[in-house]
Order: sequence, then structure tokens, then C-alpha cells
Amino acid sequence: MIRLGSAATIGLMALSRIAQLVAVILVIATFNFVLVRAAPGDPAQVMAGQSGASDPKLLEDLRKEYGLDKPYAVQLASYLGRVVRLDLGYSYRQRRAVVDLILERLPATLLLTVTAFCLALLIGTTLGALAGLAAGSVLDTVFTVLSLVLYATPVFWLGLMLVLVFSVTLGWLPPFGYETINVKLSPLEHVLDIAKHMIMPVTSLAAIYLAIYARLMRSSIIEVAQQDFIKTARAKGLSGPSIVVGHMLRNALVPVVTVAGMQAGALVGGAVVIETVFAWPGLGRLTFDALLQRDYPVLLGIFLILSIVVIVLNLLTDLIYRLIDPRMTTGAA
Amino acid sequence: MDAARAFLRHPSGMVGLVVLLVVVVIALIAPIVFPVSPWEMVSAPFTPPGEDGLLLGGDTLGRDVAAGVAYGARVSLVIGIASAMAAMVIGVTIGAISGYFGGKVDLVLMRVTELFQTIPAFVLAILLVATFNPSLLTIILTIGAVSWPPLARLTRAEFLRLRNREFVEAALCQGEGTLQIVLGHILPNAISPILVVTSLTVATAILLESALSFMGLGDPNLMSWGFMIGAGRTVIRNAWWMSVFPGLAILITVLAINLFGEGLSDVLNPRVSRRRS
Repeated sequence: MIRLGSAATIGLMALSRIAQLVAVILVIATFNFVLVRAAPGDPAQVMAGQSGASDPKLLEDLRKEYGLDKPYAVQLASYLGRVVRLDLGYSYRQRRAVVDLILERLPATLLLTVTAFCLALLIGTTLGALAGLAAGSVLDTVFTVLSLVLYATPVFWLGLMLVLVFSVTLGWLPPFGYETINVKLSPLEHVLDIAKHMIMPVTSLAAIYLAIYARLMRSSIIEVAQQDFIKTARAKGLSGPSIVVGHMLRNALVPVVTVAGMQAGALVGGAVVIETVFAWPGLGRLTFDALLQRDYPVLLGIFLILSIVVIVLNLLTDLIYRLIDPRMTTGAA
Repeated sequence: MDAARAFLRHPSGMVGLVVLLVVVVIALIAPIVFPVSPWEMVSAPFTPPGEDGLLLGGDTLGRDVAAGVAYGARVSLVIGIASAMAAMVIGVTIGAISGYFGGKVDLVLMRVTELFQTIPAFVLAILLVATFNPSLLTIILTIGAVSWPPLARLTRAEFLRLRNREFVEAALCQGEGTLQIVLGHILPNAISPILVVTSLTVATAILLESALSFMGLGDPNLMSWGFMIGAGRTVIRNAWWMSVFPGLAILITVLAINLFGEGLSDVLNPRVSRRRS
């Protein structure tokens, strides 16, 4: 393999991700296009958000605007053109451009998912490594049982149980929302207030992934511990902690980060449900409201934007990869 | 038979199997134990558990939570199993074509599989069910349509491993057709890991269904666990039992299926099992 400079590899990586991003946007936009036309009923009515009860003038305008009388190929081309210009249509229910509705909610969703993702990765791998190093101990058994149970828990139910315990019974944490309203807070108090509101949604969202990463990290550590280079390191006389930190962790992390990247889509899906539970003002909440009103332009836009969020999370795992596995920088992997 | 005997000696696998059988029995006898439909009012609203003859309490309309949990088992099991089957059919077909033919076909099919693994499956499921209106069939097909990628990848890997084996070449020499070789020779040799992953897919399908019905996208005619939790969400301060019991039912069922599936995996394919765990 040709040894590439680090900057060049980052460039290549970014290029391949951008290519992936464009491909995914086009495929999903095409899918959305097909879905609206495959849905039962008139596409104009589907776009308007309600079948049967729509204003005929609006339907006529919609047909004209989207060229619904033209051949499908022409419609698709014009639709893709709109998507590329970030025109995701108009919500006739909320009387606003879909892209505005989404961009307004996106930061709250990103805050929730990225925090949960990083925490799950950090705590999950730490706990998994501890369990793996102490394989067979009581600690290990407790972790294993706990992760099995978490893995079987519906994420929205876990959220509700946290509300039941920490808000209803103990009264420690706010049961829902993003911030305390109608109070004057200093900037620092405001940040702490948001953090307090985040504890339960982030915990419930991160828990299941934490369990997955912990289990993976545990078996990964056990596997790495049996390999020759660890025996060599011991034979060289290196101490326990320096072997763990210098040799084992990096190698054991690789499969965990791979899976973390693959789970990003599921994490974002989980955020949609969790936001519904906690009335978190992000895209999940918007999805729920749009579902109640069958507001298709909004649902289609959310699907597209959340797919992009997943790819961004994948990019994040790529960067973590590069940090832990130096081979990635040579372009050999 | 050896496998069955080995499974009997697998402690966590057996726990999973026994619990799962209990859930199946509850699902089967629900109409006998609770002859009144779970949608019918049988007591005052918000009856706490244990009062008025209601073991798990009553909901906002005085419907029996225990009856809902029992009938919900039917919905969860049917949807879980049927959609895992649908995922298996899609995944095995795509994986088999990809692994057997290789080359450009493989390249294209694997890109499609990757795309399905990248996009947020739950959001896609929401979109599909909302578009085609929630019913038992659309929910099953939707969950199948978003759950197949791991099965496709597994089947592809098994086909890549097996397609150059002597028994396949022997069948080729005897002039057997492609379909005959794939279905008659390769697939039977790849079936045990496929069955293991399918059984674990039942668990994720049940979780997915519960999340969909929690969001209000369940079949409106069927009492399901996710729907019950969704209905109990807003009244959790007054009636914790409305959301606690259906959630426990999901947790126990999914845990049992996972334990059973992992036991099955240890017994049927120690090779795959070691790689996975």
C-alpha cells in the first residue's frame, strides 16, 4: 500500500463520505417520491396532509406546482432538483416551509443523540473493559446480566420508568421538556437547567447502546488478552496497567467502534421515540405531531434529514477510528 | 437429537425456552381466562392492582390491564414471528443471490444492504406504516422490510464459504440447475446460523412493533403492549400500573427470546457463536 500523508487520507475519507451522503440523499429522495405516489389516494391530497377534506383550489395549485400532470420522469427530476436546493416542500398543516420546521428542531435532536452516543461509547467500553479484565468475577456476572436486561428493554418504557422513579416518586428531576419556562436564569444556570432536563432522555437513549458496547468490549478484551503480542509484552516485563492501556484497549476498541457506527441509525430512531416520551422539542416530537396530522411533507423531510444525521455520526466514528487505529492513516485498512 | 440434548443442558437457553413457553401458553389461553374483550369496561376507571378482582388494575376507561397484557401477547408473538419470517425470506434471497453469483450483482446488492443499514430503520418504518395505514399485514411487512440486512449479510457470508466446496462442484458436474444447487445443497448447509439470527430477529421485531404502536401506529383493532404503554404515558402520575405491566411483559418476552436464541446459537453453531459473543 502506498503510504499517504495524513491530510491526504482525511481528504479521501471526507470525499468518500460526501459521495456517500449525496448518494443517500438521492436514493432517499427518490424513495420519498415513489412513496407519495404509491400511497393510497391522490398525491396532491397526500401532500396537502389530509385526504378527502382538502380545499379544491389548494389541490389545483399543488398539481400545478409539482407538475403532477407531467410524466413521472419529469416530476422526479424536478423533485430531486428541489431537494438538492434544500427545498423540502411546504407543510400545509403548519403553514410553513418544511426545511424551516426541521432546522428549528434539529439542534435539540443533535444535542440529545450526540450526547447519548458519546456517553454510551465512553461508559459502555469502560464498563465492558472492566468486566472483560475481571472475566468470571461477580462484577463481570452483574454487568453481563444487566446488559442482557437492558438489551431487552423497550427504550420508551425505560424512559417512562425513569420518570416514574425520579420525577413522580422522588421529585428529583423534571419529567419532561427542554428547559424551565418562565424563569429568568443566568447563562450558566440556563446551561445547567438544560443539562438537568437532559439527564433522563439521554440515560434512556444511551442505556441500550451502552449495554451493547459493554458486551462487545468485554468479549473483545478477552480475545485480545489471549493474543501473542500481549504475551510478548508481559514477557518483556511490562506491568499490568501499561499493557492494558498501551496494548489492549486500542485493539479491543476497533470492533466496538465498527458496531457503534452501524448502530447510529438505530440510535437516531430511538431518539424519535424518546423525544415523544419526554416532550423533547426535537425532530422526534415533530414526527409525532406530523403523524397525528398525517403531514407527509414533514415526515418525508424528517426521514431525509435524519438519514443525513446518521451519516454524520458515521463520520464521527471514522474519526474515532483514526484516533485508535493508526493503520487507518496509512490507507492500508 | 444431539442438538436437542445439548440444548437441554444449556441453562440460560432453557430458562429462555421455559419463559417463552409460558408466554405462548398465556397467548393461547387468553380468550378462555379473559372471555370479556380487553376493550370492554369491567370496572371503575383507575382501579388499582388487586382491587375489584383486577390483578393488574384497570385503565383510564376501567378496562382490565391483565386482559390487555394477555391479549397483547398474541399480537406481539404473531407480529414478531411473522415479521422475522418476512425478514428471513427477503434477507436469505438477497444474501443467496449476492453470495452465489458474486461480482457486480454482489456489489450492487451489498450497496443496497448497506444503505438499508445506514438509514434510521425506525423512521422508515414509521413512514411506511403511516403511508399504507396501520394493519396487522402492513406492520408485519414493514418490520420485515427494515429488519432483513443482518440476515442478508449472514446468508451471503455462508454462501461465499460454501459455494466452492466439493459437494457443490459435484452437483454442478451432474448437471444440476442453479436453483437446485442453491436450494438443495447450499441452503441446507447454511440453515442453522440463519435460524439462530431469525430467532433473535423475532425479539427485535417485537421491540419495533411495540415502539410503533406506542407512537400510535399499531393496528387500531388489536390490543398491543406498546399501545397500552402509550395510553398509560400521560396518566403515569395516577396509574403507574397501566404502563409498568405491559412494559414488563415486553421485557420478559424479549429477554426470553434472546436467551433462547443465544442458547440455540451455542448449541447449533459454536463457530458463529464464538465469533458473535
